[in-house]
Amino acid sequence: MSFEVALSLALGEHRVALDFASDAKLTALVGPSGAGKTSVLNAIAGLARPERGRIVAGGAVLFDSAAGVDLAPEHRRAGYVFQDARLFPHRRVAANLAYGERLARPEERWITLAEVVELLDIGHLLARWPGTLSGGEVRRVAIGRALLAAPRFLLLDEPFASLDAARAEGLALLVERIRDNLAVPILLVSHGRAEVERLAGRVVDMAPPPQG
Amino acid sequence: MSLTGLSQAEWAIVALSLRVSLVAVLVTLPLAYALAWVIARRRFPGRMLLDAAIHLPLVLPPVVTGWLLLLAFGRSGPVGAWLEQVFGITLVFRWTGAALAAAVMALPLMVRAMRLSIETVDRKLISAARTLGASPWHAFVTVTLPLSLPGILAGATLGFARSLGEFGATITFAANIEGQTRTLPLAIYTGLQLPGGEEAVTRLAIISIVLSLGALLLSEWLVRRSAGGRAHVL
Repeated sequence: MSFEVALSLALGEHRVALDFASDAKLTALVGPSGAGKTSVLNAIAGLARPERGRIVAGGAVLFDSAAGVDLAPEHRRAGYVFQDARLFPHRRVAANLAYGERLARPEERWITLAEVVELLDIGHLLARWPGTLSGGEVRRVAIGRALLAAPRFLLLDEPFASLDAARAEGLALLVERIRDNLAVPILLVSHGRAEVERLAGRVVDMAPPPQG
Repeated sequence: MSLTGLSQAEWAIVALSLRVSLVAVLVTLPLAYALAWVIARRRFPGRMLLDAAIHLPLVLPPVVTGWLLLLAFGRSGPVGAWLEQVFGITLVFRWTGAALAAAVMALPLMVRAMRLSIETVDRKLISAARTLGASPWHAFVTVTLPLSLPGILAGATLGFARSLGEFGATITFAANIEGQTRTLPLAIYTGLQLPGGEEAVTRLAIISIVLSLGALLLSEWLVRRSAGGRAHVL
């Protein structure tokens, strides 16, 4: 299984419950805004604690309230690509890419800087500061930084949001390439079913938030 | 008399002031940063009280702060007696006492500047560091600390300038002893008491202005440089 997620999560006033298992190489989590998609990613990455449930990703039990398992974020090895990228503003692109790579154990690394640079075509950006990059470049660097941290699985939060059509298409091709060439399961969050149908082997729908 | 018109004794006063202020700021720096971090990032009962206690020297009459220091760190005070017995350290009437008084008075300004800059460090960057494999401590050292560097520099300079000007708590706690605790403000005060002391007072006052202005400009330059133009003190 790529992902097994069963959880109940408090989200402000209401509660998000989600239960799915997927062995697709790329699983898409689709729902309207406010449905709690990002909260689910945060729970998987260990940045938010579900009330109860069980999370297995990339072959590792990350959280299991019944068994008392709750790994710290730094031990989950989530390749989390945030919607707002969150590149470190005080480090150049090269140092951003190296951040997680240095922290990963050598025997757990499965991709090199050279491979990431080629895959994402970011060689010309290495000496730049994050503040000088375009939206598409920021997202490619964020993906590269996540890949180099030797993740067990990738979490992509709205990777195509706020990109123009050409850039979104370029990034979709890239995600396709990661899906087909790298042995890392991907969970992608999106608000539009159309943009993920071509990519995802499995689409999980999330209910809209309760009205009123 | 040297080229600048300062006598050797006056140079000694400047040197003492710089030493007292530097030691006060350097010793207080880690404590101030730790307090700033706790107040900026932690929620706990008594947080407001801690914040108020740190700010107290800012609003208290300095002479009261000096008197409280005397009660605690004087030879018969609980901390003072302990320091003398265990380490043989005496603070009253010594330059170290002047540094302690300056440190207490500078602490609120230092904590304030550092706290503001810690609060501007986006916590989302810290969670990003955690998902990339960083422990809380490693994330602090690689993200919070460098991004709050402008506040550290600003706090240190403000604290230094405040220490240079410290008068009330110093004269109350450490007294006005030539070569030990007679820093620039105390020397100026002493000069005003003496007939014919105006010339020396003028020279020392000019030195004070130059040092304070220099400290502010230096910190402005350091902060702007380290923040890449994203922050400033003035």
